Amino acid sequence: MAEGYSELEPVLQRHGHRPDGLIEVLNRAQELYGHLTPPLLRHIARQLHLPFSRVQGTASFYHLFRFSPPARHRCWVCTGTACHVKGAASLLAALQRGPLNAWGIELGSVRCIGTCSGAPLVVVDQQVWNQQSCASVLAGLRELAP
Amino acid sequence: MKACLRVCSAASCRSRGAATLQHTLSEAIASAGLEHRLRVKEVGCLGPCSDGPLLAMDASPEAQTQLYGSIPAADAAQLAASLTQAAARHTLAQWCPAGGQRIDLNHPFFQLQRRLVLEHCGQIDPNSIEEALAAGAYRQLERVLQTNNPAAVIEQVQRSGLRGRGGAGYPTGLKWAAVAQSPGTDKLVVCNADEGDPGAFMDRTVLEGDPHTVLEGMAIAAHAVGASRGFIYVRAEYPLAIARLHTAIAAAHGQGWLGMAIAGSRFNFDVELRVGAGAYVCGEETALMQSIEGKRGMPRPRPPYPAEQGVFGLPTLINNVETFANLPALLRLGLESYGRGTKVFSLTGHVRRSGVIEVPMGTSLRRIVETMGGGAAAGRTIKAVQTGGPSGGCVPANQLDTPVDYESLKALGTIMGSGGMVVMDDTTNMVDIARFFMAFCREESCGKCVPCRAGTVQLDNLLEKLLGGRAAPGDLEQLERLCHMVKDTSLCGLGQGAPKPVLSTLRHFRDDYLALVPAETSR
Repeated sequence: MAEGYSELEPVLQRHGHRPDGLIEVLNRAQELYGHLTPPLLRHIARQLHLPFSRVQGTASFYHLFRFSPPARHRCWVCTGTACHVKGAASLLAALQRGPLNAWGIELGSVRCIGTCSGAPLVVVDQQVWNQQSCASVLAGLRELAP
Repeated sequence: MKACLRVCSAASCRSRGAATLQHTLSEAIASAGLEHRLRVKEVGCLGPCSDGPLLAMDASPEAQTQLYGSIPAADAAQLAASLTQAAARHTLAQWCPAGGQRIDLNHPFFQLQRRLVLEHCGQIDPNSIEEALAAGAYRQLERVLQTNNPAAVIEQVQRSGLRGRGGAGYPTGLKWAAVAQSPGTDKLVVCNADEGDPGAFMDRTVLEGDPHTVLEGMAIAAHAVGASRGFIYVRAEYPLAIARLHTAIAAAHGQGWLGMAIAGSRFNFDVELRVGAGAYVCGEETALMQSIEGKRGMPRPRPPYPAEQGVFGLPTLINNVETFANLPALLRLGLESYGRGTKVFSLTGHVRRSGVIEVPMGTSLRRIVETMGGGAAAGRTIKAVQTGGPSGGCVPANQLDTPVDYESLKALGTIMGSGGMVVMDDTTNMVDIARFFMAFCREESCGKCVPCRAGTVQLDNLLEKLLGGRAAPGDLEQLERLCHMVKDTSLCGLGQGAPKPVLSTLRHFRDDYLALVPAETSR
């Protein structure tokens, strides 16, 4: 699908195919296609009249853009300050030793989602799980595993 | 007047099942045909997030509001049944959600607040411009447009002493005057809603709870400085705030409070939403402007200041969410009643009651943390209060009587910051906290200037070495020297602020460091 990506047309048009719309376009592209591939980035570069290097360089600057397909499920451990003082670092370390890979669950971290009263918390597929321990996260994730 | 049940639907209560709760309760009332007796509506943050999900019942104009917390959202069906019954029997004033807890609204947590920015937050449905208008939204904008004296508005903002609520505390009126004086007819207003400090969620609360106040503040500012376009740059981690802003902007356009010839005047103002993509440095104003232009969020040296050359090279006024949200209240109250104004804080960490509060400027930390927040858990004591995020510092427990204002906090080696306040009890190792913030800055450094790019790595390594029990003689001295170097020579606020958590903990909690250094160097 070299010249596909028709779903991107509305956002491209909204920004008049101008370069300043790049981050908005990248956000939408990731929403639509899950991750940013080289052909997709080239398409965006052409549409916004930008060199490919500018598009790639900008996308790689921002943490939320990803260049590999997401796993079936994603578990982000919040590592903001409130979560940190309530043990997020050891929670993340414990989960890193767990069997998440084998379950097809991607483990990562996020720097504060601003709902600190639930600390320590994890975000699983955009759902917030409050006041978690390693055991409770693993128990919840096991239900998601195939 | 019919009764109203307000369901907190801000992100924190949502994470505790508030959305399902609200849906179930309003469906039940609707299917029982009791909508004429009770309205179930979603509202922004009700305050004490640690007690969520929260419900507030206004049974009648005479009855006192009742606030309930810890509602078992999983039992929504039973709660809906009892609520329907109470509505049918006219006993809503006595209704008490089973399994929930009544929260005393006379508690200092509520009584010591002064709500100017958050006046309507938790009261109105943030998706309804009609409710916002009924509560007074856009009235100050209308007045400003009728009077049509931008200079007078700028003067009032200057005389109020309002300072930027985003962290740096630059006098707002001065900024406005500079943009107004910049030549050219095409100027921009930017709202910085890239609230990246970990542990800070004041702006999220304002945007989720009362987006029209922010839009009104932006429009007032735009009229004052002569701008006709604006951007709101909001972080992607706040999906609910983004959704509410989209709704609010569309509704304001629909009702003529944004767009062409606002309120019959010759003033035009359009607002565009720009969503970030996870880069802390974009909260820095010059980096944020680059990001709006669709580029890597790299800061640049100032001058030129945004007031002269901002987004797209145009004169740009850039203020934080809370700063804009102060304006309608400031103009409505006038200088005398407004006084020194307020500050919104998000209170979290090792404190019994966490949540969002707005207090008069100058309230002491002790009042906030102990009287309002209830202090540390039983058997624990407060060791420090962290303010200002990764560019701030830790205030030790023996300095809690310090009033929160820009100068007092600066004197203690921290900053007011945007309003994140994280309480730390005696189980906290302050070197670990310093390392936490340094690791954060190391990850978030944009890499443009060497002191920040390489310095944060070296500082992080040193702290890691200390914590790992591998400290060598002289490491503390090197840590301190390097901190000053990074602070003095970095390009932007991120790098200049990065050593502050280390310097502040070295100053107030040196023992925590000395405990990690071999005996011969600690002397």
